[in-house]
Amino acid sequence: MFKRGVHLATVEDLPAAITVNGVRLEAIEKGRGRPLLFLHPGIGLERDAPVIDRLAENARVIAPSHPGFGGSEQPKSFTTADDLAYFYLDLLDELDLKDTVLVGVSLGAWIAAEIAVKSTARLSHLVLGNAVGIKVGGRETRDIADIFAITEPELNALAYFDPKVGARDYPSMAEADVRIAARNREATARYGWSPYLHNPKLKGRLHRIRIPTLFLWGTADRIVPEAYGRAYCAAIPGARFETIERAGHYPHVEQPEEFARRVAAFTQGSAT
Amino acid sequence: MRVYHFSEHPYPNAWDDPHRYLRVNLPNRAIDPEGAADLFHRYWDEYLLADDLGLDLMLNEHHQTATCMNATSVVSLSVLARQSKRARLLILGYPIGHRPDPLRAAEELSTIDVISRGRLDMGFVKGVPYEFAASNANPVGVMDRFWDAHDFIVKAMTTHDGPFNWESEHFHYRQVNVWPRPWQQPHPPVWSTTASKSNARVLGERGYVIAVLGSGYNTRSLYDAYREGYASTHNGATPGPDRFAYLALFATAHNEAEARRRAELVAGYLRTGSRVYPPFKNPPGYFSVDDTAKLMRGFVPERSFTKDRRVIDMRTGSVQDLIDSVLMVCGTPDQCYRQITDFIEYTGGLGNLLIMAQAGFLTHADTVDSLTLMAKEIMPRLKEYKQPTVAQVAAE
Repeated sequence: MFKRGVHLATVEDLPAAITVNGVRLEAIEKGRGRPLLFLHPGIGLERDAPVIDRLAENARVIAPSHPGFGGSEQPKSFTTADDLAYFYLDLLDELDLKDTVLVGVSLGAWIAAEIAVKSTARLSHLVLGNAVGIKVGGRETRDIADIFAITEPELNALAYFDPKVGARDYPSMAEADVRIAARNREATARYGWSPYLHNPKLKGRLHRIRIPTLFLWGTADRIVPEAYGRAYCAAIPGARFETIERAGHYPHVEQPEEFARRVAAFTQGSAT
Repeated sequence: MRVYHFSEHPYPNAWDDPHRYLRVNLPNRAIDPEGAADLFHRYWDEYLLADDLGLDLMLNEHHQTATCMNATSVVSLSVLARQSKRARLLILGYPIGHRPDPLRAAEELSTIDVISRGRLDMGFVKGVPYEFAASNANPVGVMDRFWDAHDFIVKAMTTHDGPFNWESEHFHYRQVNVWPRPWQQPHPPVWSTTASKSNARVLGERGYVIAVLGSGYNTRSLYDAYREGYASTHNGATPGPDRFAYLALFATAHNEAEARRRAELVAGYLRTGSRVYPPFKNPPGYFSVDDTAKLMRGFVPERSFTKDRRVIDMRTGSVQDLIDSVLMVCGTPDQCYRQITDFIEYTGGLGNLLIMAQAGFLTHADTVDSLTLMAKEIMPRLKEYKQPTVAQVAAE
């Protein structure tokens, strides 16, 4: 697995380091079989996230922290989800991943959609969980709640079926973990401050996605309503829309088993 | 020594409810246009009096806030450029960190410099945290954007041989040719504010005027960082006092009791200015990751120090606390003179004193009296006062 400057460590359960185009990413790699690239939302990815274990029961999961998130490097020139999409296309090439299931949630789903409109050559399926990335409503409609204009408890109340899941007591947390939370928030703003968590061009490009696509939507999400997800889904030919109960904006966090089960059912039940 | 009069152009009638936030999201129904007009004219009258009295004038700019009606500072600057006669006109600051169009900024400032016949001081700032919500400029990378805008404005003001091209990370122009060009050559003096030693050093390297507020008897380290930066690009030379500025609230009167009464009104600025909905106070990327993590962990930065190293909370401190930490100069003219010169001795040289002589509910009559006493009783003595040299202070 070492080619053209790619280094992917092999120790299970520990963050591996992938270097692509000189940018060093931390990543989790787990499981065997068909590759599954998991793209995390703006809150980042915790190392022991149960969803990774569940997904790894049926796939070789590769879950990097995006450039600027977690412990991954932030190239100064990366400012848009588009930049991240091209970067991940290079990562797919560098790791020579074929027939890959691409799964993203929220910001990660936006990046996944940006990847898929550019090229699906290395993808078999696309799964978008509570995706952002497009503009659906009119100019005075706030499609996506302004997460930077509310307090964290208010944000958690909108984001989760059970807001306690998102609560963090920063003063009692390790300093390194608080730094990562601060870094994730900053990186989310870098890529999504304006236009706010969307690319005005993306909606008009979604028709290019011609691989089996599944939307998974946590129904308790009040950051992005289900109607937004259904409009998003309608713009991708043949895409399927499923809901997950007792989950909000992060269904992979609140219902990891159900999330992984739906991904497995979708990817095993259909093929390119 | 120069003394600049400053008012934030407050609209204090909207401050009445202590539970309301005053910036960003206070509905503008709370401002009465007739009352606003009266206040603008009144504040400008006070500026013109200050001009007559021999003070210089400082204005600032904030957005969507009852603390400062000067959302477009160029309007007040324009009025004063025409109506004042002799004073320097300092805009501090002009928030180029979130301005979308630095070409417009270069045009506005050049025009004001021309109309005032070369009296403009350009204080560039990145903009306070809350205004990244109001402007929608991305707070991530604001310092890069600030310097990009700064470089562009200086280039636009100093290029006189036809259009130039500017295609940078943040700004794109192909035919830049600003009319009119500024009066002062090569361009109006540049000032900036900072609370960090690393930025202070950068300002020193460039030889710009460094303005500091809120740090009191912790200012010296910022000034020394400036001096180091200045020496590194000026063959080891020591910057003169004219390179240093300090902003303090100000209240004087013939007797101390009256000065203290006025001080309580002026202090309303500090007691209301931080009434901001918390999410707007710390936009992502505005502060470094390390500083943001500290804030998240509940760490409260220590900013305002007294001579005996007490830390003062400017929002809740008593008038005496504010005096002790030089957040405010207050008392009889004699007392004020001593507070000012004590502080200058500590700083090692300070040539520009910026006084917030009007704030909050301080009336026109009180403001006029305070400014007149400054001009007649304090400034003549400050003119006679001999600034310390850094070598003398360092030898102590």
